[in-house]
Amino acid sequence: MNAVYVLWIRQIKRYLRSRPRIIGALGQPLLFLIALGYGFGSIFQRAGQGNYIDFLVPGIIAQTVVFTAIFTGIDLIWDRQFGFLKETMVAPVSRFSIILGRTLGGATIATLQGVIVLLLSLILKFHIVNWAMLPLAILAMFILALAFTALGTAIATRLSDFQAFQLIINFIIMPLFFLSGALFPLTNLPSVMNIIVKINPLTYGVDAIRRSLINIGHLSFALDFAVITLVSVALLAIGSYLFSKIEA
Amino acid sequence: MKKNCKAIEVKNLTKRFGSFTAVDHINFTVACGEIFAFLGPNGAGKSTTIKMLTTLLVPSEGTILVNGADPSIDQDEVRKSFGIVFQDPTLDDELTALENLDFHARLYGLPKDLKNKRIKELLGILELSDRKNSLVKTFSGGMKRRLEIARGLLHHPKILFLDEPTIGLDPQTRNLLWDYIKEMNRREGITVFLTTHYMDEAERMAMRLAIIDHGKIMAMGTPEELKKQTGKSNLEDAFLAITGTAIREEMASTKEQLRMRRRNK
Repeated sequence: MNAVYVLWIRQIKRYLRSRPRIIGALGQPLLFLIALGYGFGSIFQRAGQGNYIDFLVPGIIAQTVVFTAIFTGIDLIWDRQFGFLKETMVAPVSRFSIILGRTLGGATIATLQGVIVLLLSLILKFHIVNWAMLPLAILAMFILALAFTALGTAIATRLSDFQAFQLIINFIIMPLFFLSGALFPLTNLPSVMNIIVKINPLTYGVDAIRRSLINIGHLSFALDFAVITLVSVALLAIGSYLFSKIEA
Repeated sequence: MKKNCKAIEVKNLTKRFGSFTAVDHINFTVACGEIFAFLGPNGAGKSTTIKMLTTLLVPSEGTILVNGADPSIDQDEVRKSFGIVFQDPTLDDELTALENLDFHARLYGLPKDLKNKRIKELLGILELSDRKNSLVKTFSGGMKRRLEIARGLLHHPKILFLDEPTIGLDPQTRNLLWDYIKEMNRREGITVFLTTHYMDEAERMAMRLAIIDHGKIMAMGTPEELKKQTGKSNLEDAFLAITGTAIREEMASTKEQLRMRRRNK
């Protein structure tokens, strides 16, 4: 338990000390929010869908969480390259507690990053419909973050090259994001698109966050949480397995 | 040194990577409280052996007992019993010296009072007290090494592995380190298993040593015995007489591979 805690707190400390990382990771979501939010706002309104900023913010929060989470996987490559991983590998603690601590740490950072975007979006006139549901939104963000931190870490166990990691991650994450309902409603989609969107786990995460923040959603709350929880447990299991096979 | 107590016992230990045999059926025993040097040219199999002794690599063949436990079965038992200073740095640069030590103490489950007492003591002896709250990335090479040694000793291991601990250090720091390690060995009876390329260090520190080359142990004994055996007056000449003068190529570590990749772009 102690091992999980120290690995978790280490990630948090490193994150809080790296202000460029915090601020840099906010650039892309804000750009999306402003460019798309204001760019498509009036069309969205005219199509009778209401306020686009309100619709878009939960999607952008999910994007922030997922991108931050999956990129924390690179910390593992870093630790292996610069030796620190060995310090944890010779310690009398299980490989599972190491990976669990790392994943919880990465997921916490990603969730915090999502919360910062949420706060910033309040400045851009985003309206939370029901504040009582906010904890559920944060829970959904955290589960989503766990899933994608685990995925990033799993990929990192197989790679020793930073550039390759970045390319692979972009290759995975971009389609997941654009085909998730983060940017558009899931109503009246062409049938192929509809299928793709429905098998994308991120869709359920976005839906859960959107429903808890603005009470608009296309799927059921229970289904949303069931899918993202299942996916994160599965990815954590895969990540732990691959991590246990690492020889430092 | 207790002759009848074995800190490390290795039988027929072998490690193969594909068709390459890095360590080839080696046998040796290190007594409790002994300072044992493991010498050899680059790529001889020293680090691979240490990795197997410290649970980081699984042997292809043979048996190991570290502090009476088998590293491939009782991993945690073995891990609790040793401290290690790796050849490459393994500190977290983004944490302070104190945080690095605190991290280690918690991983090894030290109670709080004991942790604070030992950290204070070690930082004092290794002359790092004034810099304990600085980030490790601001440290010089010598300071980092001293911190790694402090960390390796923090949980009072029965066995200390030192894999080329003095590379790139000035004579002052080297002296401080070896004096302290000798003191720990004398006072606490810590068993020390070390590798080094500096024969003068090996001669000064080691009670017994083994010379390994191409994965095989070529000679073993006290420094005096090896000198007598080869008819040389110092250990360096004895070492060269046993291992020859050809320069060895070592496989690049992943870090070196990464640097090369960057350079080739």
